[in-house]
Amino acid sequence: MTAPLIRIEHLTRQFQSGGGFLSRPRSMLAVRDVSLGIARGEAVGVVGESGCGKSTLARLVLRLIEPTSGRVSFDGTDLATLSATALRRMRRRMAMVFQDPYSSLDPRHTLTQVLAEPFQVQRQPLPPGTIAALLAEVGLPEGLADSHPQQLSGGQRQRVGIARALALRPDFLVLDEPTASLDVSIQAQIIALLADLRGRLGLTCLFISHDLGLVRYFCDRIVVMYLGAVVEVLPDPAAAPRHPYTHALMDARFAPDPAQRKRLAPLSGEIPSPFALPAGCAFAARCPHATDLCRRESPRLSDDPAHPVACFHPL
Amino acid sequence: MTALLDLASVSVSIGSAPLLDSISLRVDRGQIVGLVGESGSGKSLTAMAAMGLLPLIGGRVTGGNVRFDGQDMALMTDTQRRVLRGRRIGFVTQNPMTALDPVQRIGEQVDVVSRLHLGLPQAAARVRTLDLLTQLRIPDAASVAEAWPHQLSGGMKQRIVIAMALAGEPDLIIADEPTTALDVTVQAQIIQILGALVRDRGLALLLITHDMGVVAQVCDRVAVLYAGRLAEEGPVSDIFAAPAHPYTSALIGCIPQDGMAQGSLRGIPGAVPSALAMPPGCRFHPRCERASDLCRTVVPAPESCGQGTVACHHAGVIA
Repeated sequence: MTAPLIRIEHLTRQFQSGGGFLSRPRSMLAVRDVSLGIARGEAVGVVGESGCGKSTLARLVLRLIEPTSGRVSFDGTDLATLSATALRRMRRRMAMVFQDPYSSLDPRHTLTQVLAEPFQVQRQPLPPGTIAALLAEVGLPEGLADSHPQQLSGGQRQRVGIARALALRPDFLVLDEPTASLDVSIQAQIIALLADLRGRLGLTCLFISHDLGLVRYFCDRIVVMYLGAVVEVLPDPAAAPRHPYTHALMDARFAPDPAQRKRLAPLSGEIPSPFALPAGCAFAARCPHATDLCRRESPRLSDDPAHPVACFHPL
Repeated sequence: MTALLDLASVSVSIGSAPLLDSISLRVDRGQIVGLVGESGSGKSLTAMAAMGLLPLIGGRVTGGNVRFDGQDMALMTDTQRRVLRGRRIGFVTQNPMTALDPVQRIGEQVDVVSRLHLGLPQAAARVRTLDLLTQLRIPDAASVAEAWPHQLSGGMKQRIVIAMALAGEPDLIIADEPTTALDVTVQAQIIQILGALVRDRGLALLLITHDMGVVAQVCDRVAVLYAGRLAEEGPVSDIFAAPAHPYTSALIGCIPQDGMAQGSLRGIPGAVPSALAMPPGCRFHPRCERASDLCRTVVPAPESCGQGTVACHHAGVIA
């Protein structure tokens, strides 16, 4: 087996909040002890609800923010050991598509300027014809090259975001909810485009989303996060969930078929505050299978390499 | 039978921009009707028209009429319309974060609806409020009633907004994307609770959503809007089994489903046209794989199709 392109080891990130004149600072672990390898050419999905730490994980992996502890290696190199210059050079090989195509493009730049910027940052010459080729690659007409982002629709803007991410021909692409702010019809267009590009360019992808259906469509392997920790890794998109939380996530999706109406087993309770995590399993308060053990001790992700799950009573 | 809400060929403009073109839609008692379409298709505007709230956004009805329980809303006075809203029509907004007053306790915000619309004294109003919160499966309703909005999660806040909509004992609830701002597991809960309450009480619900999955799960009928026109309307079971309008089937095809082969998700090419540059003929033709010369020039008229209507020159023909 070849070494994974991305190796994440025991990654943890703590954030502090408050700490003003009258209040004591509170701390929370946005990402708790996450380990994960991503093979070359693989698409790994990370799903979970708001506050589960999936976007923080994405930023840690690209070292846009520093981990509190743990390590991220890219192609065998520990990113933390790199100097600023070496890190910048390494970043040619990794890119990110952001969630919101409205705020991630500079409104004063034309599309040509947006797409030329990665070359400037990397102090690389811009090969002639690049802009037109990038626009064509993401299905935008060349005539838009002198337009500004606000002249484009949401879907077109996200195509620009993708073209910018691909500008330097990265090996690794992080997609942080790339379709969350788009209509379903446009979402499907963008996912189709990404799937096509992934196949053609042999990209390795980390796909962050709250939509399990989308992740199951796009990814080879799926990591489920709850309150900063990995609770389950589905070895393939069709694998049956073993963690009750993954099961609840799947159950919460309504198929577009009135013959498949269902009565949901409602999740009781609320997601606990990340500032005051319970002693045991973080999901215990909402879990229909929780026992005293779950409320007392925190389950560890099992060593089972085929289908790891962090649950005392897996399904 | 008189429909509870009856929109007959309603056209709406804001300024000189015609935004809705001859929308017909009815909601009967005990019925859940879904209103779907992409952003910019006119879903929320249809809801505003149904509540007589168009003047708030500078809009006006330029054709057709809106009837509530047989009464033409255009002939009502402002006071009559105001009493209608809240008392007979409850409204659930898209964003529960902005729908609540941040400096008033939760209980007071719900109490005021039944005090105002049902004339209940404060003590009785509070009993009703606690009862409603309990029905919405809010644990420990009494302490939630004493809480401030910022202390509640998004899902909780949306339940409070639903409680406010129900507090006036309305006949019709209009819910505009009630779960879009919420997490998936919470979304499913809210949809289920809303559906069950509406059924138990024999209310009518107009549910605006962009999610065909939600429509399939709870609605009896569905109306599909495209660029300010009605593309298709009919019973949910028929429309999902055999969508007659290519836009409807394309919308259903946009949802990734289990077992879908890689590459089978394509989306709908292009985007919803701007209100100021509507294509001639059928407004969907630039994005439609069935489009012919006829579609590019002649507006398709709504025709009955089974128990519904469809506006397409090539309805039902599978391309």
